[in-house]
Amino acid sequence: MAKLGQFLKTKKQFVFYSFLVLVIIFVAIAAPAIARVDPTAAKLRDAFQAPSAEHWFGTDALGRDVFARVIYGTRVSVSSAVILVAVILVTGTALGLIAGYFGGVVDAVIMRIADMMIAFPDLILAMAIAGILGPSLINAIIAITVVSWTKYARMARSLVLKIRKRTFISAAEINGSTHSHILTHYMLPNALPTMIVTAATDIGTTMLSLAGLSFLGMGVQPPTPEWGYMLSEGRSYILTSPWLLFFPGAAVFIVVVVFNLWGDSVRDIVDPRKKTKKHFRRKKH
Amino acid sequence: MKSKIILKRLLQMLIVLIGITFLTFLLTYLAPGDPATAMYESMGVVPTEEQLAQARANMGLDQPFLTQYGRWITGCLQGDFGTSFTKNQPVLDLLLKRLPSTFKLAVLSLAIMAVVSIPLGILSAVKQDGIADFIIRGVSFLGISLPGFLIGLLLLYFFALKLGWLKVASSNVGFEQMLLPSITLAIAMSSKYTRQVRTAVLEELHQDYVIGAKARGLKQGEILWKHVLPNAMLPLITMLGLSFGSLLGGTSVVEIIFSYPGLGILAVSAVNGRDYPLIQGFVLWIALIYMVVNLLVDISYNYIDPRIREAK
Repeated sequence: MAKLGQFLKTKKQFVFYSFLVLVIIFVAIAAPAIARVDPTAAKLRDAFQAPSAEHWFGTDALGRDVFARVIYGTRVSVSSAVILVAVILVTGTALGLIAGYFGGVVDAVIMRIADMMIAFPDLILAMAIAGILGPSLINAIIAITVVSWTKYARMARSLVLKIRKRTFISAAEINGSTHSHILTHYMLPNALPTMIVTAATDIGTTMLSLAGLSFLGMGVQPPTPEWGYMLSEGRSYILTSPWLLFFPGAAVFIVVVVFNLWGDSVRDIVDPRKKTKKHFRRKKH
Repeated sequence: MKSKIILKRLLQMLIVLIGITFLTFLLTYLAPGDPATAMYESMGVVPTEEQLAQARANMGLDQPFLTQYGRWITGCLQGDFGTSFTKNQPVLDLLLKRLPSTFKLAVLSLAIMAVVSIPLGILSAVKQDGIADFIIRGVSFLGISLPGFLIGLLLLYFFALKLGWLKVASSNVGFEQMLLPSITLAIAMSSKYTRQVRTAVLEELHQDYVIGAKARGLKQGEILWKHVLPNAMLPLITMLGLSFGSLLGGTSVVEIIFSYPGLGILAVSAVNGRDYPLIQGFVLWIALIYMVVNLLVDISYNYIDPRIREAK
């Protein structure tokens, strides 16, 4: 406990940003208590009301309370971004570990597919995939995973290659450890810290990608309140009801800033020299 | 670069292209929803079963997968990318008509971005940990967290609608129509580039040759302009190539916000209308342009980088 206290004292930045992240998570969980109004309850009579004491952020075209929608939007944005990053982390790490550990044909196939994905602007492919599979949050998550796993796979692969020839791995092999044992007990623990730090720094960017797809109508579907989609809905009323844009816009901005700051502070703790970044820059052909 | 390496790269490009087309073709094949039905829906007609079967046969949708794929690829090689389901025009015409406006937009936004972020990045690196560095780093950090669509909407609201300085949403594409969209794209990119320039310059400033130059008594400015900057700018060329490629396809959001008649809007409408030939043609074109641009960038290193130039 004393050690934890010491840790928290020296990592003031991390503590502060973690607190902000917790506040956002609290808002997401306690949305019903904070907003008190149903974010999907349409009352056409109340449409397009400017912000007031009753509707803090005004109302939208269907008379829904924008404050409630922004607050509930936290749920979708935060949870889907975290789930998405987790999915990418797991897929990319698993494929990278396998490619690096087994080498040969397996490695060649996995890494050539990765090359293929990198040789392509990611939003286009995500758009095409999300569009072809049909618009929904799950499909948006699949689409972004398909285009983003490569970065993690490369990283995990190079971390495996670093220790692949070390004596403790040979020792494990001689002792008759199975492949899966070596992968889970030696390779994974070695790669995991770097991978998790990268995932932490990516949450903000991922949130933006998801909001972008939703803005194009290829992510979260109405009536679920989501910031990207709210912005896209509000676009038509930009002149008469600008609050439909400002509040969800500010929400995206604030939450992404907080997650980016938090991610950077996590990276500073684990790797103060930011060594990871330099090693895993996008490959030059 | 030796011609042998270029040949190898061309071969790699070919494989990637085949992979990409196969993937998109497979996805469209597996996708739920029927383009024949979608076509009739877009025409506002409720089709009979026979009409649907007829339409499917016309589109070649009743053939097995590999036949469809093979037929499409052979068509592409002959310059026939199929006919758009929703617009009833050849895909190639549709794409070529939109390409110039998106191309102009990409060039202008890259130019604005370079003018803003290269000086700022250099300033930030040279005055490391000074006030200017602090401000530039802070602003670029916030910029990274701003979604492009939000920047676009804010610019649209203030400059076009509130102040009425610029006209948007007009069918002809002049400089005035391009200004706000390209500024939006430039802002979104310049935060990233400013940081990148700063890192690159800082990295070079800590090299031994800088100490050597200082020891030889060269002036600070001379070291910076003649030695550090040329080295620091080199990796940026690769980045610019990548950005240019993704701009050509990734401007959809901005094009939609400003009703700018480019490739992006076309792509989104194709996706929404399940216009498979158009989607596939678009993906293939973007992949092709993206790879050609990057190949050109790599070849340009031959002439720019003396280490490669003289290695011959």
